[in-house]
Amino acid sequence: MAVLIDRSTRLLVQGLTGREGTFHARQAADYGTAIAGGVVPGKGGTTHEGWPVFNTVAEAVRATGANASLIFVPAAGGAEAIMEAADAGLDVAVCITEGIPTLDMMRAAAFLRPRRTRLIGPNCPGLISPGRAKAGIIPGHICREGRVGIVSRSGTLTYEAIKQTTVLGLGQSTCIGIGGDPIVGTSFVDALRLFADDPDTEAVIVIGEIGGTAEEEAAAFIGQGYAKPVVSFISGQTAPPGRRMGHAGAIISGGKGTAAEKMEALRRAGVRVVQSPAEIGAAAKDALAAR
Amino acid sequence: MKIHEFQAKAILAARGVPVPRGAVVESAPRAAEVARRLGGTVVVKAQIHAGGRGKGGGVKLARTPEEAERAAGQMLGMRLVTHQTGPEGRLVKRVLVEEGLDIDRELYLGLLLDRAAERPVLMASPAGGMEIEKVAAETPELIFREHVDPGTGLTAFQARRLGFALGLDWPAVRKAAALMAAVYRTFIEADASLVEINPLVLTASGDLLALDAKMGLDDNALFRHPDLAALRDLDEEEPLEVEASKHALNYIRLDGNIGCMVNGAGLAMATMDIIKLAGGEPANFLDVGGGANAEQIQNAFRILTLDRNVRAVLINIFGGILRCDVLAQGLIAAVRSLDVRLPIVIRMEGTNVEIGKRMLHESGLAFTTADTMDEAARQVVSLAAGAH
Repeated sequence: MAVLIDRSTRLLVQGLTGREGTFHARQAADYGTAIAGGVVPGKGGTTHEGWPVFNTVAEAVRATGANASLIFVPAAGGAEAIMEAADAGLDVAVCITEGIPTLDMMRAAAFLRPRRTRLIGPNCPGLISPGRAKAGIIPGHICREGRVGIVSRSGTLTYEAIKQTTVLGLGQSTCIGIGGDPIVGTSFVDALRLFADDPDTEAVIVIGEIGGTAEEEAAAFIGQGYAKPVVSFISGQTAPPGRRMGHAGAIISGGKGTAAEKMEALRRAGVRVVQSPAEIGAAAKDALAAR
Repeated sequence: MKIHEFQAKAILAARGVPVPRGAVVESAPRAAEVARRLGGTVVVKAQIHAGGRGKGGGVKLARTPEEAERAAGQMLGMRLVTHQTGPEGRLVKRVLVEEGLDIDRELYLGLLLDRAAERPVLMASPAGGMEIEKVAAETPELIFREHVDPGTGLTAFQARRLGFALGLDWPAVRKAAALMAAVYRTFIEADASLVEINPLVLTASGDLLALDAKMGLDDNALFRHPDLAALRDLDEEEPLEVEASKHALNYIRLDGNIGCMVNGAGLAMATMDIIKLAGGEPANFLDVGGGANAEQIQNAFRILTLDRNVRAVLINIFGGILRCDVLAQGLIAAVRSLDVRLPIVIRMEGTNVEIGKRMLHESGLAFTTADTMDEAARQVVSLAAGAH
């Protein structure tokens, strides 16, 4: 078992015909994920790299039975693409697109609230369940089927954690890149809930960063009693206040959202918090051994 | 993106927020002219992006046009230092000359996104004229909040509720509600990240006006607001950061002496952190992006090395999609063409990493390679110390 995606996933790619869409659809297919087709308004009825292309998500779902979508559209249409996926009733929509205006995401979040679709991202590397399926841009070859669930606001830092747990022989159950924007579809708490119910996940790695309160909310949730060991690294311990550190959501504003606050909250909740990004994998190994 | 006070006031005024009469000028004689036209006492305010201008001598009261001319003459061309500018201060190129008001009360009004609630929150406080962070820390009961449903927008009853909470009388509550509606409209129409009116003043004659105004705009939405994008003032930004932004590089200058080049924002922050843990100080944050090509790497190197404080460089790349051999090729070309003399430590990981390392070793250039982030940080810290 895994969370969010597995061998039964039938994936649509919104923005399939673009450079990124084409490249990563091919990578996902090579990893063994079933690509049901693409959605590109105006190109319906054609095929691209052998996959059928549809004008709308609803039409693609009717024709293919797709249950998930991977979104690579330009930022100006990102929120629209997310809402279209949710309107079609998909189980999961993964939005890789970076740079979606915050107010667009605020509207999309309101649109998603009464609907069943789980959004991952935007501005994220997406999902991978090693050995089963991938919906995103995480390189498959660094992963290994295993015991650790990884959830992260950062892309390449997720790869670091994956690589470290692969080298140590722990492997990963599912990796969830939740994204670096101020408003994202899935929070740390959502991911922790999913991992709690997943028998394959024996420990969870939470990779946070400065800005917002998602890590504090995760700490409060874990503090109420979480059955699996949790390891965490928070990046931006040396970040200056008031500056946006690459990600739209990574900013210490009004003295709030510092790494120190987040690390302290997680520590108090019983999480093993490491200071160095090089220690993430080793800490997960220790946590599993100590159970 | 930040904008100036006079720009924020113009945007707010165009949507119905009352602001004091006045004009922005770039010379002292023009300040006198504006003061003469306004009549009576005026306020001369330096236009820089930082707060705390009053204490630094950037806000002055002038009773006559001559006094206004003198105040403007002192401010224009000076480097104004406030607690937000750093010791080098900011060059004052413009001053805003505004009518003086007979102020009865100073209030606070702010609108920003509540990330956890995924909706805007309008905040009001009777403790105007102070930094809101200070009010929040010391007297949190003096801050009133209304979360706005993005579907309906700010409702009149919510605005009235805030007006009454501020202790305003009914005529002033009605004015406050109209002003709040205009602030909300501005926030949405401009794709703002923040609108702050501090202080919002109630005059002796019962009028409400935005005495000061601050706006932040969502960089991601500027593509659909060319008029707002044009308000960017490059003189307010660090020159190396401006240069980096031209090449789609995410660079933030810091105080240390170890330059870093990393792919991905989270890993770039983590690299700064690990340098600090190893006893060094990062000179910058630099995210070259996921698919860094040879040209990007060359631009990144050039900008890193323009910072004269840099004594050594740490390159930390996780090549997922980007292959390490392609990265190595780009690095070798950049170092050769820019004739970089600084010690360079490279830690790379990912596809074709062994080929990449061999290429670096065989290049004959002074690269040090490391297998782990820890090792790389220790090496670069010792090289930076040795290079002094």
